[in-house]
Amino acid sequence: MNKNTKVALSTICIILFMAFVYFGDMWIRPGSSMKMLITVIEKGSIYALVAVSMNLLNGFTGLFSLGQAGFMLIGAYTYAIFTIPAASHDSVYQYFNGGVIKWSIVEILEGKLGIVGHYLGMFIPILLAGLVVALIGFLIGIPVLRLKSDYLAIATLGFAEIIRAFFQWNTLGPVTNGSNVLRKYTTYKNAIFPVLVAGISIAILLLLINSTYGRAFRAIRDDEIAAEAMGVNLFRHKEMSFVISSFFAGISGALLAMFQTTISATPFTTVMTYEILLIVVIGGIGSVTGSILGAFLFTAASEWWLRGLDSGRWLGISSDLMRPGFRKVVFAILIMLIVLFYSRGIMGDKEFSWEGFIAWWKRLPETIRTWPKRRKAARAAKKDARDAKSAARAREKQGKQESADKKLSGEALFTPLPMADHVIVFDKEGK
Amino acid sequence: MGLLHTWFPYILAGIAVGGQYALIAIGYTMVYGILRLINFAHGDVFMWSGLIMVYLVTVLPLWLSVILVILFAILLGTTIERVAYRPLRTAPRMSIMISAIGVSYLLQNFALYITGGLTKTYPAISWLQKTVTIGSATTKMVTLITPVLTLVLVFLLVMLIKHTKIGMAMRAVSRDFETSSLMGIDINRVITVTFVIGCGLAAVGSILYFSNYTGINPMSGAMPGLKAFVAAVFGGIGSVPGAVLGAFVIGICENLIKGAGWTTFSDAFTFVLLIVILMVKPTGLFGEKNLDKV
Amino acid sequence: MKRLVALLCVCLLSLGCLAGCGGGGGGADEDVVRIGVFEPASGDNGAGGKQETLGVQYANKVQPTVQIGDKEYKVELVTVDNESDNSKAVTAAQNLVSQDVSIVLGSYGSSVSIAAADVFAEAGMPAVGITCTNPQVTADCEQYFRICFLDPFQGTVLANYAYENGMRKAYCLSKLGDDYSVGLVNYFVEAFKKLGGEVVEEQFPDKNSDFTSYVANAKKAGCDVFFSPVSTEAAALIVDQAEAQSLGMPILAGDTWDSNVITSAAKGKNVEIVVTTFYQEGGNPEFDEGVKKWFEEDKDAKTNNGGNTDLAAVTAMGYDAYFVALEALKAAGSTDPADVLAALPTLNVTGLVCGDVSFNETGDANKTEAFVKKCNTETGTWEFIKKQSAE
Repeated sequence: MNKNTKVALSTICIILFMAFVYFGDMWIRPGSSMKMLITVIEKGSIYALVAVSMNLLNGFTGLFSLGQAGFMLIGAYTYAIFTIPAASHDSVYQYFNGGVIKWSIVEILEGKLGIVGHYLGMFIPILLAGLVVALIGFLIGIPVLRLKSDYLAIATLGFAEIIRAFFQWNTLGPVTNGSNVLRKYTTYKNAIFPVLVAGISIAILLLLINSTYGRAFRAIRDDEIAAEAMGVNLFRHKEMSFVISSFFAGISGALLAMFQTTISATPFTTVMTYEILLIVVIGGIGSVTGSILGAFLFTAASEWWLRGLDSGRWLGISSDLMRPGFRKVVFAILIMLIVLFYSRGIMGDKEFSWEGFIAWWKRLPETIRTWPKRRKAARAAKKDARDAKSAARAREKQGKQESADKKLSGEALFTPLPMADHVIVFDKEGK
Repeated sequence: MGLLHTWFPYILAGIAVGGQYALIAIGYTMVYGILRLINFAHGDVFMWSGLIMVYLVTVLPLWLSVILVILFAILLGTTIERVAYRPLRTAPRMSIMISAIGVSYLLQNFALYITGGLTKTYPAISWLQKTVTIGSATTKMVTLITPVLTLVLVFLLVMLIKHTKIGMAMRAVSRDFETSSLMGIDINRVITVTFVIGCGLAAVGSILYFSNYTGINPMSGAMPGLKAFVAAVFGGIGSVPGAVLGAFVIGICENLIKGAGWTTFSDAFTFVLLIVILMVKPTGLFGEKNLDKV
Repeated sequence: MKRLVALLCVCLLSLGCLAGCGGGGGGADEDVVRIGVFEPASGDNGAGGKQETLGVQYANKVQPTVQIGDKEYKVELVTVDNESDNSKAVTAAQNLVSQDVSIVLGSYGSSVSIAAADVFAEAGMPAVGITCTNPQVTADCEQYFRICFLDPFQGTVLANYAYENGMRKAYCLSKLGDDYSVGLVNYFVEAFKKLGGEVVEEQFPDKNSDFTSYVANAKKAGCDVFFSPVSTEAAALIVDQAEAQSLGMPILAGDTWDSNVITSAAKGKNVEIVVTTFYQEGGNPEFDEGVKKWFEEDKDAKTNNGGNTDLAAVTAMGYDAYFVALEALKAAGSTDPADVLAALPTLNVTGLVCGDVSFNETGDANKTEAFVKKCNTETGTWEFIKKQSAE
């Protein structure tokens, strides 16, 4: 398959998808359950963006950061604050005399440029949200990026919590509306908007990952010392990765604000960060397409497919076990299974490619046909391993007994050390 | 005197909650000391011991429930270690941390399912909840018992670490994992014992904590858990006395901040403290002193 | 293994689509009308949300059919859990809308209703708030109606009550980011200051379970009344701390506290609790008995009510909401949400448990009286004090 065909295939798929989202949102009537598919695509694409931005840090640069929710929070607020129509300020900021910012970027530009200004007025605050978060990410990065893996995780998590408290502070109320919701800001009309913005952002991230910088990031992830020896400025590249990741987290925060139509600081907790992290893990740490796939699967499963588990009927099965909350238990167990048994996630660190897909598709019947055979083989292999293990245990026991006997009879001057067949390497990081 | 009179109730509440954080923090600091793993699920083990108590008390006498709760916490903790951490021990550190986060997510969601998302009221242990008045403060008996009990337990633990064979093994493993395994120390046993101690103390902590703040919901382990972890970092991770000191500092500061009317920042303060410590002295207060390192 | 996972995903995807299509087909059944119930079943407001849902379910049991036009329809309830969380509320509401409901009832707790308002507005779905008292719910949303009184009214009532009973300095506690408590405290403070009272305000963060310092602060400030119209989850903890520290002043709260969670927390404790609410047991003995009998018979219902058969005012409100919805459907003469929406403003529903309902131009019910109740801590029940109006 040559390059042109691949590009053409990808373009066709993307156009078809976009068209589906655009016309789907326009034509599917609200009462239809297919409408939920559109909602899932909307929310999924927003989560896909933030997951890719987190993957840039965790998967490509090897920096374990847990501050994503905090960054999204700032992005969401920045967007919302600058786009609330002037007329709505009194009702939104009802406890703060209408707030201090009495204008909206959207309205100003719309007044000057009409419909073009309307969209420009939406894009500028989104960009602004990204920039503000990038700046804050830059400032936070200076101190925290000196820390190592888990300390970095806990420090970024701490910053996210501090940010959340800050945005709930009543003294800042005239700008942030204190702990109360921000509403009535301008949002998009069609689901194509978040898909498009997220898509472009992810494309930019992909370009970056495949550039020299991306290779430097991966070098840092694989071995910091070696990377430094090769002339990669560690701090500068870490900081760059952190800032870029923050920028896109901010943009996805702005999109999330638009999706939700109201925004408050309360839901941006560590739980939200964990969910994003789990999306990254499901998709595969170090795979952009994996994160995207993970985000859509996660959103669809949690918001749509598994909802039936809460209401007592799911795919025609009904059970007393299914009461509110069951969906989340099933979901958490699924995630645990992935973490423990498929820790590489759906894509591992590979990316989607047409060749891979076609090869997979061709092999599919074969895979399904040989499935029982391979299962049998796997089972046999497992049994062998088990037998070997128990045999080894028996040998060890016998050996111990023998050495004890020898000791008793004074034969052995020393007992041999039980050489560890399970040497644990601690400081092996990031690989 | 007048100042002390006003602030005394807050300091007292702070000491009590500090003692409760300390009992959780020990579990964090010991596990981190040995496995280099932030056991994110520890706060949820704490929450679950509280929850199990609620259900046990309805069918069993109190003393038996207390014992069973501690056993349950130990069982839960060691099971988590066996199922979720041990298979990943040779995996990169990020995987095992993600596994910890996954376990925490599972425990919370399972609690959500069991309780139906409602807050459960902790059973009244009458002598712990008796009202007492000291000076300007009126409080519960548990406030006075907590610091005493905490200090006694910590003393016993330090003795165990210093003077028993298993304690010596723990110190060795935390100093150098590979070498100590080459020296014939049964690593798995040491790790299990660590989880047993950590979870047992967390269960005791849960009894004290929930006797004071009687509502349990699926999320009530998360915040105390994080704060206890910060306490462990503050004191120097791996150091038991450090973690205890850190816990008391956090408990008292938090209550003083609330007393001063900065309630919005009472939780955020913990994290500010964390970041300051990580910037200024990343090893914590007692981090470099290897003597007490577990 | 990777392939297996991928395969699994593909299967799940197609399954999901199938399930989606299947659901759509089922909605076309001629003789069923669906009413959406948008309530929290978990999270901070889970307890209250469940009790409110019980009211709707009981009403559905009493009156399972409705005559629309000249056809008898079976009423089917579609419930969805909004998890008391603004960010989950949007997709939950979307989920409800996509299940072909004709009208939505709920929610308990104003925040989630405000968050979901735009979804209902976009879908043209009429929604009837049951006990969301914050004015913002209906203010900017033409699709949202409500059958309860509003916070400016309730805040004034509470302030009047406090002032009339000689309380001059109030300690007000609300929860960060909770529109209900922040709003109600705000209106209370406004009214109380106007009367000449003095206030100390504080807020506690999400997931806080340590109320020691707040109670201590109230004592330190020398207040006469502790006003904390927060969720029942926090309320139980506040009552507990008030007892532990001998608070020594009455606790005043709004409609959320009218719940058996509070009475069981306060039972046998030395605290004084006064609340304003929508309904007092005994107002309609037939309804009271019926609900209690149902609680006795249905184990699940009893569990959702908190394990006993005490009647909460929100259950009565849920019951009323259901009948308002039926009247709206009858008046509309069709199951189309647009027709129901057009019919709602013209309604004047009588014979309800908590008083007649008719809507003003913003979509709020015209209610002018609230019940004031006091907790009897010996028996663990509510005692009626009086009906109070805002004047």
